[in-house]
Amino acid sequence: MVTLPTSGESQQWVGQPLQRREDARFLRGTGRYTDDVPHAFALHAAFVRSPIAFGVIRSIDVRPALEIPGVIAVLTSADLGHATLTGFLDRDEFIKTAMPILANERVRFVGEPLAIVIATSRYIAEDAIEAVSYEIDEFDPIVAMDDAQRTPQPIHDEAPDGVLVDLRMFNDDELEEVLATSHVVVDETFRSGRLQAAPMEGRGCLAEWIDRDDQLVVTVSTQLPHQVRTGIAQALGLAERQVRVIVPDVGGGFGFKAVLGREEVAVAAAARILRRPVRWAEDRLESLTASFQGREQEYTVRAGFTEDGVLTGLAADIRCNIGAYSAFPFTCGLEPIMAATEFLGVYKVPRYASRSRGIASNKPPSNAYRGVSRPQIVMVMEGLMDRAADRLGIDRVEIRRRNTIRAEDFPYSGPNGITYEPGSYLEALELCAAQVEAAGWRQRCEEAAPGFIRGIGIANFSERNAYGTATMGLRRMPMTPGFEVAHLAMDASGDVTLTSGTCSAGQGHETTFAQIVADRLGIAPDRIQLRQGDTDLTSFGWGTFAGRSLVIGGGAAAVAARRLAVQLREVAAQLLSVDADDVELVNGHARVRGTGASISIDEIAKTVHFRSHLLTDREEYLLESHGSADPSGMFSNGCHAALVEIDAGTCAVQVLDYLVVEDCGVIVNPLVVDGQVRGGIAQGIGATLYEEASYSPDGQPLAGSFMSYLVPTAAEMPPISIHHLETPCYQTETGVKGMGEAGTIGAPAVILSALNDALRSRDAWLEHVPVTPADIQRLLALPTKMESS
Amino acid sequence: MKPASFEYVAPATVPEALHLLADDTVDSKVLAGGQSLIPLMNLRLAAPERLIDINNLRDLAYIRDDINGLHIGAMTRHTDVLASTSVRQMTPLLHEAAGFVAHSQVRNRGTLGGTLAHADAAAEIPVALLASNAVITARSIEGERQISVEDFFQGYFSTTLRADELIVDVFLPAMPPHGGSAFNEFSRRRGDYAIGGAAVVLVFDDQGICESARVALLAAGPQPVRAPASEGLLVGHRLDGELILAAAKAAASSANPVTSIHGSAEYRRAVIEEMVARGLREATQRAGV
Ligand SMILES: Cc1cc2nc3c(=O)[nH]c(=O)nc-3n(C[C@H](O)[C@H](O)[C@H](O)COP(=O)(O)OP(=O)(O)OC[C@H]3O[C@@H](n4cnc5c(N)ncnc54)[C@H](O)[C@@H]3O)c2cc1C
Repeated sequence: MVTLPTSGESQQWVGQPLQRREDARFLRGTGRYTDDVPHAFALHAAFVRSPIAFGVIRSIDVRPALEIPGVIAVLTSADLGHATLTGFLDRDEFIKTAMPILANERVRFVGEPLAIVIATSRYIAEDAIEAVSYEIDEFDPIVAMDDAQRTPQPIHDEAPDGVLVDLRMFNDDELEEVLATSHVVVDETFRSGRLQAAPMEGRGCLAEWIDRDDQLVVTVSTQLPHQVRTGIAQALGLAERQVRVIVPDVGGGFGFKAVLGREEVAVAAAARILRRPVRWAEDRLESLTASFQGREQEYTVRAGFTEDGVLTGLAADIRCNIGAYSAFPFTCGLEPIMAATEFLGVYKVPRYASRSRGIASNKPPSNAYRGVSRPQIVMVMEGLMDRAADRLGIDRVEIRRRNTIRAEDFPYSGPNGITYEPGSYLEALELCAAQVEAAGWRQRCEEAAPGFIRGIGIANFSERNAYGTATMGLRRMPMTPGFEVAHLAMDASGDVTLTSGTCSAGQGHETTFAQIVADRLGIAPDRIQLRQGDTDLTSFGWGTFAGRSLVIGGGAAAVAARRLAVQLREVAAQLLSVDADDVELVNGHARVRGTGASISIDEIAKTVHFRSHLLTDREEYLLESHGSADPSGMFSNGCHAALVEIDAGTCAVQVLDYLVVEDCGVIVNPLVVDGQVRGGIAQGIGATLYEEASYSPDGQPLAGSFMSYLVPTAAEMPPISIHHLETPCYQTETGVKGMGEAGTIGAPAVILSALNDALRSRDAWLEHVPVTPADIQRLLALPTKMESS
Repeated sequence: MKPASFEYVAPATVPEALHLLADDTVDSKVLAGGQSLIPLMNLRLAAPERLIDINNLRDLAYIRDDINGLHIGAMTRHTDVLASTSVRQMTPLLHEAAGFVAHSQVRNRGTLGGTLAHADAAAEIPVALLASNAVITARSIEGERQISVEDFFQGYFSTTLRADELIVDVFLPAMPPHGGSAFNEFSRRRGDYAIGGAAVVLVFDDQGICESARVALLAAGPQPVRAPASEGLLVGHRLDGELILAAAKAAASSANPVTSIHGSAEYRRAVIEEMVARGLREATQRAGV
């Protein structure tokens, strides 16, 4: 419960560390997730999934399954009219391929759905799975990116070489000459492992055809309610109106739910065909091996530096293993585009060229995962800085300082064609470096016990976010995201309902959106309810991803609130017989400046609803407004530092301490911001030291449970101290920049930097994540530089 | 991840349970804490026709002192083993090992009998019991027999327990004076099954000469194993740094770890070597030598 300020001063709610309104229900187990939504008559779905990575389907025999009591139906691709989803970019460098809802003719990864079983319980559905038989002729699978060159059988006939995206967005004819004449050229290959976002709640849905409304109601765990509606409508040949998507609480998304999966479409189709409600909850095996993955990338880079460590130019060849299909709606171009466009980060790079490819493989399709390619590009840029510093004998902070875009450079335009608004890139670096000194980390490095080695890493980076239509339009998707429309309505008790097309997956929007609106209406945040995740209730919107919700959704809410405030002031002016310009909204009251006369906002609300005959001057009834926002996109920035320790006996790595400097513009709620930073770092630590969706050479997933897919726990987390800088961004009314991905972006780079510092006596560098103890063992076994010289 | 259908019975007494187990016309499995069996059933890697739930057999949950050691009932939860003062004082190795088993939620359910019968080579408690020279008591309708832990494990996830037998009790000899033990393991995350580890029990004479040594290895092959080559190097000697390293090396070369996504066999062998070395140092120190 929020306590109201007692003084007459107006309370600024933005900036307050309000406890998240959502926490009470989440912590007490009274939240409601998709699988908690009760339905007395729902049937249960389960999927027959391919055990083979790549092959041609000769036959599927579902008849034995149909004989099991309790099995209602077993549907294959033909039963769904060979429905597909196609995520594509409208550009020459992109090869359009379709993803069948249920495998049709070919299987392209282990776990791909061959059929959907509908039964009276999930238990029986799983019995039925075992009764379905099929014949599949196997091909040699393409598992690693280089396999594509060896195997004659392409994954998609449309792309014989396996390359679905081949972008050469940035070219520079003089780059080769510049590199040839540079004092030093750092020439390296960096790699990152395949990951799964592993939200606590997997995917799930409940679909029911409602005859009365001529509508398919789909309750689904997603970040994108409206895009799920569009996808289901397209795949099933329905009008948008005929699909209503409802999103209850979402137990983590991280981009993994910024997508429409084929399972949700299949369940919706089954509900429509059978005219019976059907539900499905993904289990962990399905989630880890048969949903969406990402991050498997390789960067071959050449970076030129002057003798003083100043970058002269950079050439990059980027390859992303995008899996078997292009996901809907954000496509398999997502990682390659992001990597190429935002590669240069916070650094001034005079010349830049890159080629960026998306290569198909017999693995689950890739989709967004928190940070999309930024964790990799930052790892690469920071790795280049560390290596150049080492080659040139320059301090690691100093070389970054010499290349960083500075205050006087803004607005800065780089060779990637992006114009950067003001950020605190150098300030963040300096503050972070100073904090490392103040925290005594150098001393702690010296104090490592015998058999232990310590190192310090630093990484300075930016996080582009809140991409609006102007920026997204450049990608050439058939659907261009970016804007948001918010609606506000005050009811007769003076409570406000806000709707937004954004859709929280646990980020605390109910709290932070309310803080923004509260300041503009002069009421407490607990009088404002955010309603989200219902396509029949909110205006069309683009959901939650890429740090967009508070910036764009919150920006739209700010506009709507400002407009509602005007209405409240006008009504108050009429009731108090003063000029609306003299009325201010403070602490739940409309107050006349100077006179002390006032009327409570609750009273205004009551009057507008119940006694509107008193308000003769009004053109419209009620207290309702809307607002929209569509910024082009912005950069927040941060600098991380980590102190790590290697146990030479076991080759275990422990992150001992972690420092963050974060600049996300105006901070609406520091608790939420710090929580996002910490959660992101946990995922970044996972990506760097623990997690990998490994596959055997024949395409079998090796990490099918949390015993093998190692998500870090609290015990693996270091203490994290967070320092804030605030460089506001005024693309919206709030000054806010997005910040949901920073933690995941910085952590791999900084931990790798720290490990390389710890191992600096060895003449070898770690240039990949995840780093396993066995990798450390290999490096420790190498002679030290002193021994070898 | 839902099990195939099964019949469920929950006997109220041990004889009743033994009777059910004796019925060889049904494929039955005992259900103790369920922390290993239920996941296997959910993944349909196990599909017993009948589950005999022994959670009502409260008389199998105890920790009893005896002058020579401790008797622990098969249904004793890992949590209770970990919290027991008798265990900590008389068989500190088991206490130390139990602390490495999973997380408290799992320890609250998992049982001593269950982890023994499950016989995972990467599980801590079986290895600690092997190093402790424990004796297992199994009962069937035909009677009771004592099985030395040495004779209990038999390859991957298998034991010499008969299908009609129930583990009822485990006896652990108390640590003698001038004895010291240590349990060490490495796992990538805290609470996971080990990549490699070792349980060590050393007994010295008044002169500080090693009288007996039991070195048991974790995740070193298909089943919990001892490292006789390593033990042989230690007995009859004073343990110095060099001997410890040699004994650790001998233990590691006798180990047969398998390559998995958590590490190659070669890496795991190196971890075992390090864990044996650490264990020998600690056990020597704890013995007061
Ligand atoms: C997430 C997780 C992490 C874990 N991590 C670890 C770990 O790090 N280290 C570790 O050692 N273990 C770990 N475990 C396993 C845990 O310790 C189990 O409790 C233990 O392996 C089995 O004990 P249980 O009582 O649960 O047996 P159950 O699962 O009930 O049974 C296991 C087997 O033993 C048989 N059985 C059980 N009791 C008897 C008896 N009295 N007589 C004859 N047969 C019997 C059953 O029939 C079955 O075949 C983990 C488990 C989980 C779920």
